[in-house]
Amino acid sequence: MASIVLFVLLRLLPGDPANALVSVGADPAQIEAARRQVGSDLPLAQQFLQFLTSLARLDLGTSFVSRTSVLQEILARLAVTVPLTLLSFMLAVLIAVPLGILSAVKAERWFGALISVISQLGIAIPVFWVGILLVTLFAVNLRLFPSGGFPPQGWAAPFEALRALFLPIVTIAVVMSASLLRYVRSATQDVLGSDYLRTARALGSGFAEALIRHGIRNGAVPVVSILGIELATTLLGAVVVERVFTLPGLGSMLLLAIEQRDYPNIQGVLFISTLLVLLIGFFADLAQRWIDPRLREKLGNIRR
Amino acid sequence: MTRMRTRKNHGLLIAATAMLVLAAFGRAGAQEGEADAAAVIRIGSLYEPQNLDNTAGAGQGINEAFNGNVYEGLFQLEDNGEVVPKLALEHEMSDDGLTYTFTLQPDVTFHSGDPLTSADVKYSIERVASENSKSSRKKSLSTISSIETPDERTVVVRLSERSISLPYNLTYVWIVNDEATDLTSSEDGTGPYRLDAWRRGSSISLVSFEDYWGDAPANGGVTFNYFTEATSLNNALLTGAVDIITSVQSPDSLAQFQDNPAFIVTEGQSTTKEVLAYNDRVEPFSNVKVRKAIARAIDKERLLSSIWGDYGTLIGSFVPPTDPWYVDLTDVDPYDPESAKQLLAEAGYADGFTFTLETPNYDPHPIVAQFVQSELAKVGITVNINIITANEWYTKIYQAHDFQATLQEHVNHRDIVFYGNPDFYWGYNNPEVVELIASSETSASEAEQVEKLKEANRIIAEDAASGWLYLYPQIVVSSATVSGYPVNGLNSQFFAYDITKRAQ
Repeated sequence: MASIVLFVLLRLLPGDPANALVSVGADPAQIEAARRQVGSDLPLAQQFLQFLTSLARLDLGTSFVSRTSVLQEILARLAVTVPLTLLSFMLAVLIAVPLGILSAVKAERWFGALISVISQLGIAIPVFWVGILLVTLFAVNLRLFPSGGFPPQGWAAPFEALRALFLPIVTIAVVMSASLLRYVRSATQDVLGSDYLRTARALGSGFAEALIRHGIRNGAVPVVSILGIELATTLLGAVVVERVFTLPGLGSMLLLAIEQRDYPNIQGVLFISTLLVLLIGFFADLAQRWIDPRLREKLGNIRR
Repeated sequence: MTRMRTRKNHGLLIAATAMLVLAAFGRAGAQEGEADAAAVIRIGSLYEPQNLDNTAGAGQGINEAFNGNVYEGLFQLEDNGEVVPKLALEHEMSDDGLTYTFTLQPDVTFHSGDPLTSADVKYSIERVASENSKSSRKKSLSTISSIETPDERTVVVRLSERSISLPYNLTYVWIVNDEATDLTSSEDGTGPYRLDAWRRGSSISLVSFEDYWGDAPANGGVTFNYFTEATSLNNALLTGAVDIITSVQSPDSLAQFQDNPAFIVTEGQSTTKEVLAYNDRVEPFSNVKVRKAIARAIDKERLLSSIWGDYGTLIGSFVPPTDPWYVDLTDVDPYDPESAKQLLAEAGYADGFTFTLETPNYDPHPIVAQFVQSELAKVGITVNINIITANEWYTKIYQAHDFQATLQEHVNHRDIVFYGNPDFYWGYNNPEVVELIASSETSASEAEQVEKLKEANRIIAEDAASGWLYLYPQIVVSSATVSGYPVNGLNSQFFAYDITKRAQ
């Protein structure tokens, strides 16, 4: 269904994929040859049929412009995008979870309030602005990290690659942890007001012990579902960050493909990212079930 | 128009000073640290090729990375505009100008190890002229009627009519191995470098080819690093992630390099023209007086300096100073709003008119469009700006000719020939110019060719066939530790083999 919408939307864009191949000075015969090669001279119905059959065979085809296999190109790009997304996600969790709990537990104190205010700010500022700010500060002025790009050797030079990804990771993590923090905070607040925590305290356990033994597990369930959504958003939001830092990832591939009307590349990237988003949702679901046995029982009931 | 001339000289002066500075640094370098022959030169560019084959629509980026570096032609267009033999050791033209005989350099091998033979040359020329070729120069080779290969080192090209620019046109023809199977993602050329790796969206790295037939490169290899944003590219040079920027496109960023002794800013000769092209087929642009009125209503000097400051050059026609048929025509239609109004009245548009200006969405066109809009408002012409993408431009304007006026940058060297084609997108049709341009190609001597094209050049300027707003500056910025790079970037080429980097 999504692919049909995609096919129609792409064809509604003015322009022609053959245009990326010819330049000023080409004669009409050359332009026709280019259109024949990419198939944009065929009637729409026929183009659509070809699109569906190749999709059914899971064949993503070859790029109109670079003539390389779309799947291979996507795999090469994922080597940048997947580590970028996962590492920034992990960093965001490391920042958001402790700070979120702290700001809920110490809501009355000044730093609890301060954390809330800063996270509000973090939600309001755009990703690219954080990126440009970090580049100016840490790359141009302090010269600690490269201002952009990815080493030509790729992950064969792991230190260089990590250094190149450092600022982009921090950029995403800063923005993402701001919104995550708010969810963690409200989940913690729910837990703090719960009966089971009061009971645990009444039975003699310390506040920290009660929170860790009973609170985290209960509070984690709604947070994990949010985490899944956030992770999916980051994957798609990498478009912006990859552009700011000139990273050869999936986002920059998609952007270039749209500019060039390179339909196979656009369709391939969107197909794979949809797949990844679905997978993330699936794993978030599994994680929730693993954390909370009640969810597992519910599923069992339905089956019966 | 003495002011304008001063401006031009000013530009030359800057270039000359920069060269002197360069030379001075070069000498100082010898004392500080020797040129490091193993150093890898990191080049920063905004033009990543779309694929690796210049006949498969690779874009201008491939000329920058591969011309002269990975692939060589029978001839090469040097950075100073001169056409010199490269893989052709000798060449001979018959008296009637219809037969060219080329003798190839001996002992040349491709990167794959195959020797260069006349069959490869024949294959390479035919590849550019073939049906599926996307080369923008395909048409210029249409006079070739046959190619013969009497022996391994001799190629005989027969023409249907004289073609004085054949050696020049052959600078666009890469000599590739006729056995090569995949030229869109790998290569097999004869140049001083071979392709090491292409990381799409990021970089192309070239390493020295050990069996190169000529002089080995002065460096250990080059990496072209590709950027999508000018700001990121500038940051990369500032932070030492690249050594050199092939072509600076953001005027605002120059200040940070100009006053810094760690960098060298060089202005070379450019061939990129900012053109306000009218659709000369349609009213009111079919009227010469209207076109001349528009040319006189726009203060190009103010436009150029507001965009580029002291850089760039004003031009009075489509021909840049590096083309052999350049004539200074800036005083044909000088800035004069009063006479513009008068011309409009004579043409029957005393109350002005309204037109739509199709404006590509990338720099500098939107700014230029606004400037044109405000200048023309002063003489009573209303301009509606319609922003379109480069891809739409090609379909709507280049192919369908569905427009009134548009802005476009024209990058090539020697492209006055477009005015000799009445079917070109701007639809300029003057039989005299068509005849001059066609017959210039069949000239027996270069002097005759130059004379004819100069005449054509004067006529298109008198006709104000299009609005030639200015010539972009060609600015190369490098770290002070590198030298020996080309500064003119003709046809987007960037020869890397003479670049050296001093050890720090």
